[in-house]
Amino acid sequence: MKRLAAPLLLLILALAGGDARGAELVLSLSKARVTITSNFTGDTIVLFGVIAPGDATAPARPQDVVVTVRGPSESFTTWRKERYLGIWVNVDSRSFLAAPSYLAVLASRDPALIASPETLRHEQVGLDNTRLLQRIGSDYADVVPQDPFRQAFLRVKQAQGLYFERPAGVEFIASNIFRATIPIPGTAPIGPYEVVVKTFADGALVSRGALSLEVAKIDFEQTVATTAQDHPWLYGLATALMALGVGFIANLAFRRD
Amino acid sequence: MTIYLPIAELPVNIFTLLALGIAVGFISGMFGVGGGFLMTPLLIFLGVPPAVAVASVSTHMAASSFSGTLTYLRRRLVDVRLGLVLLTGGLTGTLAGVVAFMLLRRYGQLDLVIAVTYIVMLGTIGSLMVAESLRALLREWRGEKAQVKRPGAHPWFLRMPFKMRFRQSRIYVSVIPVVAIGFAIGFLGALMGIGGGFILVPALIYLLRVPTLTSIATSLMLTLVTMTAAILMHAVLNQTVDAVLGLVLMVGGTIGAQFGARAGQAMPAEKLRLLLGLLVLAVGLRVAIDQIVTPADFYAVSIDEAAR
Repeated sequence: MKRLAAPLLLLILALAGGDARGAELVLSLSKARVTITSNFTGDTIVLFGVIAPGDATAPARPQDVVVTVRGPSESFTTWRKERYLGIWVNVDSRSFLAAPSYLAVLASRDPALIASPETLRHEQVGLDNTRLLQRIGSDYADVVPQDPFRQAFLRVKQAQGLYFERPAGVEFIASNIFRATIPIPGTAPIGPYEVVVKTFADGALVSRGALSLEVAKIDFEQTVATTAQDHPWLYGLATALMALGVGFIANLAFRRD
Repeated sequence: MTIYLPIAELPVNIFTLLALGIAVGFISGMFGVGGGFLMTPLLIFLGVPPAVAVASVSTHMAASSFSGTLTYLRRRLVDVRLGLVLLTGGLTGTLAGVVAFMLLRRYGQLDLVIAVTYIVMLGTIGSLMVAESLRALLREWRGEKAQVKRPGAHPWFLRMPFKMRFRQSRIYVSVIPVVAIGFAIGFLGALMGIGGGFILVPALIYLLRVPTLTSIATSLMLTLVTMTAAILMHAVLNQTVDAVLGLVLMVGGTIGAQFGARAGQAMPAEKLRLLLGLLVLAVGLRVAIDQIVTPADFYAVSIDEAAR
């Protein structure tokens, strides 16, 4: 659906006439691959963007930029506790299906000032407007932004440092060149990331661009992880032998008699 | 200095992990407990996913208990025969525990059952140990003689059929209670995700009347076997064993365990039991407080492992 929407939108814009709306977006990441080695504690990626006006004669309009970075999707369960006979028990839960494991929203200014609430919701700008599919019983749906489970989910993810929203995360270096710093925390999930950039002018979407980013383990970390996955017996035996070896060496080293 | 854990997928301070290993290793060497009931919650607190924490702690416990077992073997304090009989019950109990684990998870009450089991077990065992060791210390302080163990004064369950002599432990008892204790430890261990040393040591001391040091030594041997099995099981079934995390913990743990084992032997048995009792009570209280105190957030988020 999303894939269809973008070309469709472009078509509509093209049909709307030679307005400056067909602005072109040129994007570049400081690196497309975050590599995890044993001293990895997090990284920052810098995104550069140039907004090339589609029609040079049209007067340049102030633009707003929103950068959304999504990590690989995962399913989560949000639990609600209630006191029952003096003990706090999980009484209720909601499953969040295919929610981003990492979500960063960086904007040139407060998204609420960029466009109307309807446009923001339609373009999924900001944490509150991000679609989060929930399973409630046998139904699948997103719910109102005020839903306590949804709010709790966003609150917990923000506390973990994996979801964040920065209204001043995008800065303009020149009138049509912008820069955004994307922090990748040490606990960032492994996998493909999607960077989506949307520019707005006068409260309407002007252009859209996307890049991909990858967070991957390399060297020793990758070897350990793939061995654990592909040769579990070997890995288990090696780990067990390592444990016994360390125990034996320690015992010899500390032997008093 | 931080180090990235390849399976847990997060960076942690290596010195924090080492200190954690040494501290828990000291306790495990001193009291003959695996230390899992202390280590696992601390790792989860550091941000390690629970499944990885439980699995990786088993490597630390295997190393610690192997080192400790060797020390006690050299001092001829391990009752291998008693250990083997306990293991026959223990392995059956583990199987039953795994089945119970699955059933409870199906009905969605696993967390509650685990918490309540922790509170009941730790509370009961801790209180009994503290009360008994305080009485023993009080007797000593008054200068009274310790009660002489008479052969005929065995409780009924030790006088059941299939008697067996455990020379090292200086007991001659029926194997039925021994196998039953092993079964209970295996069952609770699988259900609560612990080695069970802190339950086994008091059970051997108070129920079977095994001398304190022999109880500790034999419990270490049992922990060694069950934890080595646990490493393989977790590695093959869940792929959640973090070898890097395990290595840092076990280096700290084995060093700590050496000093712990010495501190344990230098201390009078009553005081050792009092300390272990207080420790067990403290952990039990901590679990109880977690369940009773109003949480800061009524909501919690967990990753669905099945969907990964």
